[in-house]
Amino acid sequence: MSKPEKKPLFHIVKRAPMPWWKAWLYRGLSIVLAMILCAVISLIMTGQNPVQIFTSIFNGTFGSPRKMWATGQNVAMLLVISLAVTPAFQMRFWNIGGEGQALMGCLASAACMITLKSVLPNWAVICAMLAASIIAGAVWGLIPAFFKAKWNTNETLFTLMMNYIATQLVAFFCVFWESPKGSGNIGVINQSSNIGWLPVVGGQKYLLSILIAAVLCTGMYFYLRFSKHGYELTVVGESEKTARYVGIKVDRVIMRTMILSGAMCGIAGFMLTGGTDHTLTTTLVDGRGFTAVMVSWLAKFNPVWMILASFLLVFLDRGASEMAQKCKLNSSFADILTGIILFFIIGGEFFINYRLCMRHSETKEGIAHV
Amino acid sequence: MSMKKLIALLAVCVMCLFCVSALADGMAKEDVKVGFIFLHDENSTYDLNFLRAAKEACENLGVEYEIVTNVPEGQECYNKAVELCDGGCTIIFADSFGHEDYMIEAAKEFPEVQFCHATGTKAHTVGLPNYHNAFASIYEGRFLAGIAAGMKVKEMIDSGKITEAEAKIGYVGAYPYAEVVSGYTSFFLGVRHVVPSATMEVTFTGSWYDQALETEGAQKLINDGCVLISQHADSLGAPSACEAAGIPNVSYNGSTIDAGPNTFIVSSRINWVPYMEYMITCVLNGEAIAADWTGNLAAGSVELTDVNAAVAAPGTAEAIAEAKAALEDGSLKVFDVSAFTVNGAALDSYLADVDTDENYTPDTEVISDGYFHESEFRSAPYFDIQIDGITLLDTGA
Repeated sequence: MSKPEKKPLFHIVKRAPMPWWKAWLYRGLSIVLAMILCAVISLIMTGQNPVQIFTSIFNGTFGSPRKMWATGQNVAMLLVISLAVTPAFQMRFWNIGGEGQALMGCLASAACMITLKSVLPNWAVICAMLAASIIAGAVWGLIPAFFKAKWNTNETLFTLMMNYIATQLVAFFCVFWESPKGSGNIGVINQSSNIGWLPVVGGQKYLLSILIAAVLCTGMYFYLRFSKHGYELTVVGESEKTARYVGIKVDRVIMRTMILSGAMCGIAGFMLTGGTDHTLTTTLVDGRGFTAVMVSWLAKFNPVWMILASFLLVFLDRGASEMAQKCKLNSSFADILTGIILFFIIGGEFFINYRLCMRHSETKEGIAHV
Repeated sequence: MSMKKLIALLAVCVMCLFCVSALADGMAKEDVKVGFIFLHDENSTYDLNFLRAAKEACENLGVEYEIVTNVPEGQECYNKAVELCDGGCTIIFADSFGHEDYMIEAAKEFPEVQFCHATGTKAHTVGLPNYHNAFASIYEGRFLAGIAAGMKVKEMIDSGKITEAEAKIGYVGAYPYAEVVSGYTSFFLGVRHVVPSATMEVTFTGSWYDQALETEGAQKLINDGCVLISQHADSLGAPSACEAAGIPNVSYNGSTIDAGPNTFIVSSRINWVPYMEYMITCVLNGEAIAADWTGNLAAGSVELTDVNAAVAAPGTAEAIAEAKAALEDGSLKVFDVSAFTVNGAALDSYLADVDTDENYTPDTEVISDGYFHESEFRSAPYFDIQIDGITLLDTGA
């Protein structure tokens, strides 16, 4: 290091773990900085009062009890899909097929609602929907896992492509079950008979989704932390060779974990089609399968932190659309602001884990820390 | 003292105003607020047409309004509708066919709010007094646009550019259902009114808004030898493809002359201002809104943009005016059964599915007095017959 040679202006060094308060200080600071930048950009681009813009962002989530319930439902859906992809990530299996797995769940639920409505009683239809959704999601998760386990195919590409297959399958069935003929639109399924609609709990449309998400979240926490399965998949994630050495059947763990991942996405699809939307469209999952990847990583695979991360993303999303509506701006502008905030949050995480060493300070600190 | 008197006087005046408004059972302007739910934003020609009308109607009548764009056809539509109700809206308007079921759900929950839905079919049977459908006899506008297209094709034949047998036009549709079928058939009948030998090819995109697919569809039709293109899909895909290929284009939803200065002929569109003013006025006056409202040429609901003289054949504006007068006085019918055949035979009877039910069973005889009565039994189109001379290249699936 003492040898004088041309060095880059800075380089990136991993930090020693930070005390928790300092990490949260960084996180808070990044959000504040993001807000300031957003305010400046809003002021320059639109000439609108930034306070009004931030008020409407806040109102998108907390504006009325109804908005808070809708937020709760959105958080629940995002959380379930984030929980679903997490065991795979923990195992370092890049499942970016959550979208397709959830969509297959929607398709299976819709299929039961449409084909079984006059065959079975309501409760049996709902049971069939749940079972079918779990199986459909699990199969969609198992296919790439099987290929990965047997032939070591690239799971990132495989799961990604499975999304498109699911979308096309759903597009086909949207035409197959369309009403009226030719419209490519299914509409609300069983709107008059309500067969296959999940019951309304406690007089609140969205309470059931929130409860299911809470149960799944607790379950996933214990599964990852305290079960043998959770331990095994963590070891596979850390090092496949170690896992083999200690006698873990890696192939089986990969397939088992992806079945779980897919099945939970299937449940999410069941909640969407049976619980809230009562329809089937190619955009029903609304990109949550991809947003879930970010939630899972932001929360460092911890189900409890995932609640916060899901909330943050839903808060931004709802705030952005509320802002577009109230300030009469195009919703693309809201997307720009969301992008800025996310950029800063991810940037904050980066600086919690790494730091930049400038050329002149390197000899003093760089060595000392590394 | 005088201050007190003044206050008392004011109070009396205010009370009188309240009494008057209570007598009429209507609402004061300040209490009326319209919430609009749109599928896309101003980048879609379809939604832009609604956006402009919403602003114009509300500003004309001096009522407050709020617009939500990019609302998908799912639970989000219900969420937005009820949120707008919470926000004090007394009328909710949605513009996309797939919004209908969610508007109905919200209408059940807010009986005191009026829900108006464009292009839907269920209001006259669903039995909710606060849920309404609206559409316009756009087939008349399409027919007139077809006349302009026919004039252009006739010019090509007369100048020897193409033969009569080569008079083939193309049409890019979104979905193969009644709204689109009625649209392209009336357009085609307009063309045939001028060029009896004309034929048409139709391709579907399976989406209301997909620029790439619409461009591709128009390109396919042009490669197939179509000499003029029209479309029923909401992006600038087809007009742009026509401009690139130098093929004349008849547009929809409003002028696309900016995307095709050298190829745009004319565009038909629904002007939603008359309906929006009607629904707001009804609420202001405390009158019931019709369950199913159909605008027409006379009401100003169906319009043609200015003809682009640089592209259109000479005499186009006159030919349109002549046909328009004939449509208005009833001497000309768009779906005159003597003007088309189905499988080689004239049609003298047709049962259409007017009253929407789960199985979409045909229920109403719609042919009488020598023509198909489109948009008379229900505002949304129900002409879904494949007539001779039109070839479907695909089904959009």
